[in-house]
Amino acid sequence: MAKFLFRRLFTMIATALCLTFIVFYLTNLPPNLEKIAKSEAGSRISDAEVESWLQKNGYAQPLLGRYGEWLGVLPGWTATAADGKVTGRCIARGADPAAAPRFCGVLQGNWGWSNVFKEPVSQIIATRLSLTGWLMLSVMALMVPVALLIGVLAGMREGSKLDRTLSTFSIATTATPEYVSGVLFITIFASSMTGLKWFKGSATSAMDDITFENFFLPVLTIALYGIGYIARMTRASMTEVMTAQYIRTALLKGVSFRQVVLRHALRNALIAPFTVIMLQFPWLLNGVVIVETLFNYKGFGWTLVQAAGNNDIDLLLGCSVVAVAVVLITQLISDIGYAWLNPRIRLS
Amino acid sequence: MTRSDWTPDQPILEIENLSISFFTRLREIPAVMDFSCTVLPGEAMGLVGESGCGKSTVALAVMRYLGKNGRITGGSIRFKGRDLTQMSDDELRRIRGSEIAMIYQEPMASLNPAMRIGAQLAEVPMIHRGMAKAEAWALARQIVADVRLPDPDRILQAYPHQLSGGQQQRIVIAMALMSKPALLILDEPTTALDVTVEAGIVDLVKELAEKYGTSMLFISHNLGLVMEVCDRLTVMYSGEAVETGSVAEVFDRMRHPYTQALFRSIPLPGADKNSRPLVAIPGNFPLPHERPKGCNFGPRCDYFAEGRCNAGDIAMAEVGPRHESRCLRVNEIDWSAPPVAKATQGKAEIGEVVLRMEDLRKYYEVTGGGVFGGGPAKVVKANETLSFEARAGETLAIVGESGCGKSTFAKVLMGLETATSGKIMLYDRDIQNTPIEKRNTDTVSGVQMVFQNPFDTLNPSMTVGRQIIRALEIFGQGASDEDRRERMLQLLDLVKLPRAFADRMPRQLSGGQKQRVGIARAFAGGAKVVVADEPVSALDVSVQAAVTDLLMDIQRENGTTLLFISHDLSIVRYLSDRVMVMYLGHVVELGTTDQVFQPPYHPYTEALLSAVPIADTHVQKKRIVLEGDIPSAMNPPPGCPFQTRCRWKSQVPGGLCEREVPPVRHLAGGHQIKCHLSDEALTTMEPVIKIAAE
Repeated sequence: MAKFLFRRLFTMIATALCLTFIVFYLTNLPPNLEKIAKSEAGSRISDAEVESWLQKNGYAQPLLGRYGEWLGVLPGWTATAADGKVTGRCIARGADPAAAPRFCGVLQGNWGWSNVFKEPVSQIIATRLSLTGWLMLSVMALMVPVALLIGVLAGMREGSKLDRTLSTFSIATTATPEYVSGVLFITIFASSMTGLKWFKGSATSAMDDITFENFFLPVLTIALYGIGYIARMTRASMTEVMTAQYIRTALLKGVSFRQVVLRHALRNALIAPFTVIMLQFPWLLNGVVIVETLFNYKGFGWTLVQAAGNNDIDLLLGCSVVAVAVVLITQLISDIGYAWLNPRIRLS
Repeated sequence: MTRSDWTPDQPILEIENLSISFFTRLREIPAVMDFSCTVLPGEAMGLVGESGCGKSTVALAVMRYLGKNGRITGGSIRFKGRDLTQMSDDELRRIRGSEIAMIYQEPMASLNPAMRIGAQLAEVPMIHRGMAKAEAWALARQIVADVRLPDPDRILQAYPHQLSGGQQQRIVIAMALMSKPALLILDEPTTALDVTVEAGIVDLVKELAEKYGTSMLFISHNLGLVMEVCDRLTVMYSGEAVETGSVAEVFDRMRHPYTQALFRSIPLPGADKNSRPLVAIPGNFPLPHERPKGCNFGPRCDYFAEGRCNAGDIAMAEVGPRHESRCLRVNEIDWSAPPVAKATQGKAEIGEVVLRMEDLRKYYEVTGGGVFGGGPAKVVKANETLSFEARAGETLAIVGESGCGKSTFAKVLMGLETATSGKIMLYDRDIQNTPIEKRNTDTVSGVQMVFQNPFDTLNPSMTVGRQIIRALEIFGQGASDEDRRERMLQLLDLVKLPRAFADRMPRQLSGGQKQRVGIARAFAGGAKVVVADEPVSALDVSVQAAVTDLLMDIQRENGTTLLFISHDLSIVRYLSDRVMVMYLGHVVELGTTDQVFQPPYHPYTEALLSAVPIADTHVQKKRIVLEGDIPSAMNPPPGCPFQTRCRWKSQVPGGLCEREVPPVRHLAGGHQIKCHLSDEALTTMEPVIKIAAE
């Protein structure tokens, strides 16, 4: 087990390096850098001035070198201007150059400066991620139990009335995009059109204080979409398990149907959907953009859109590091859980 | 529920006029019609028939487990005097697993892969007797020891996939015995197992049934097995019981043409491909919705009388003490008449050496696994120093249980794998290092294969004719498309299929017909060497004879060398000229069929011969049951590969068997044995099979 974890950790780090390098390369393409120079130094500057601005601000070095600096394994660049003023990656504006550290990258906790929000990236990500984290957690808490219940109930007696009803429901929910169901919910439950006004149509206030009233609609909108998907997977897995010979063995041992489902079928039926459930985490992290925009809840997705739209390189890189980490960690959990559910798979 | 007045001297199970149908959207398909049988306490009843005859349906009906579409449409099943067909789900649940238990065909599939063995066993008394968990586990431990599994504590903690097939089946048996049922239903319990393992399981079942006084309903297609296990048997054909009686009665005084035909189509000792060929049952099994009027067996019966046998339903009639038959002409047929002798065939000419293997070795390296490899590489020695010759027109049988390396050998010969060392000479060409994609058309078409499972080896979306023409194209046969089409039709003639089959799809063919197409394809390029890998083991008994005969006929005409891979010693004895016995990658014995089937034997051959059930009451067999399982090829025992299970080991002084691999010994007449036993010890061996004088 320890050996397996060690080996997995190694592959995870290698993967993370590859992925962040790709993102780094794409965000640091020459046109992007030119845009930065123009937005920082004035939009009417000549090509030569752009060149010299990039030179001065450390953008002119080879790509790999700058990736190393960003990562924090190479010393940050320094430049001495004509007037003798020393600037550098690690030298904060107005700080003493001599006291600045040599390395300042992601590894040292320095995630860079957001040009859009005028704040350190680490701080933005921390606040936004926690907002989205609450949303994800609530969605998972609603989506997973409901989806598994629907899937198991539908799958245990294939072709029954219950199965058809639940299957229709699952297909309908997963076929309805969030921007349709979200708008529908707002219209029905939160507008003066129906007069119900059970919930709030905006989740802005939930950023400070989460209540059932202001948070339920966005959670429901995301969860419904996922419920159909996971329930379909669970149903398929369950129907397959229910036709297995060991289910017949259990029934003919005299085990009651309820116990057969709970003790014999469930664990085997959860093997396939488990991977899908774990894949929902990365999906949620970025897939909530629409709902966050719709309900005006400024979380991680919303930040990502802002960063991408405004060529905010450091923030984009920060977001991608978080996304890569979430994908890799959930997949590790998924593999360990898979081996736990399925004794035929042994780690290491 | 009313207490019945059942007493232990009355039948445990009484099935009367049972009819079962499956309902589809299109029609009602009768699966079992008018089936009756009685099982007395402590009695073992066999249900025999070919696939699709309804024997498993009867078993599941006793359990009242027929799925959504199946329904009992008539008759009654009385268990200890209570009618099972009238019981509620709750009452049924109390009987299932406690009073009637079942043992299944595939042990791996019948055990829950995600539950520990102990939990699956302990569940039974916990449900039926409300036993506490600890007590139930203690009982499970005791029963596991009862089914003679080593190290019961470890087994209880194991998951099913950690056990071998034979051990899994012992667990299924243990599960059935957990609550000491009154009736045990065994549905082909050994079909998925090797013969030596089967022998152990059969012994165990018989012993335990005696110990606990359990009655048995034993379902099998294997007549020899039924003879060993059962007291009485019922022969089924196409949904009906056609004959029922005690084993001795039915085997020696059969009174139904189907039973007779069945016995004549299986290779018993004394049958010979040249002088006493098998008699295949003509025609095919009728589909359930295409059954003929009157006697179901009528269209395939030698004694069929127009206007009588197909006039109307035929009832079971008493023909002896507790012996019934469903035949109108019981008293008109001369049952002792010998089968109409087919023209005896001349022996095929044995020609020059076609194929020669010299010291062939095939090792596989198995890496430790994981993303970056790691872990020491293990070597699986699949074949060790294989040397033999095969001549034109000869049938060489390769016999052994699963994991003995016979399929690896076939792969190396075919070029699907290359040899680790040694030589394969086809005529005068070395082919051991040429993979199949580098072999020239001549070599490829010269060495062909007939596969075990005809259902998987034909492309389901191509007509039969097209598939054979495709083979002809690949082998570079024929000058034009018309030419090849003509060749294809001739090949269909060769395998005795109607020419109209050229335009059929594989799904429209029965198993035997598909295997014929497979044979036609193998012979498309005029193959000189044909490897037949268990070609008939997936087929029904009555079809096996026909396909075997066909192979023999083609061989006689073309002088083909046939390498017949099989685990079925009866059929090997029937058709092969020479036999090679393999164990864990080693050839342990090689000789003519007579030499191998007569003493002196290799100890493994002896056990193998003893394990094969023979459906003949005149045959007396010495019972040798091997202990344990075949060792893993990944971790073979030191010295002689068979030493861990050999009963003769004590006769070899000084622990030689544990230290050294025995050398190949040449006995008289080219008979080879790989064994340390002295000549004196070998001469003391007695024949395993004796045919008693009538």
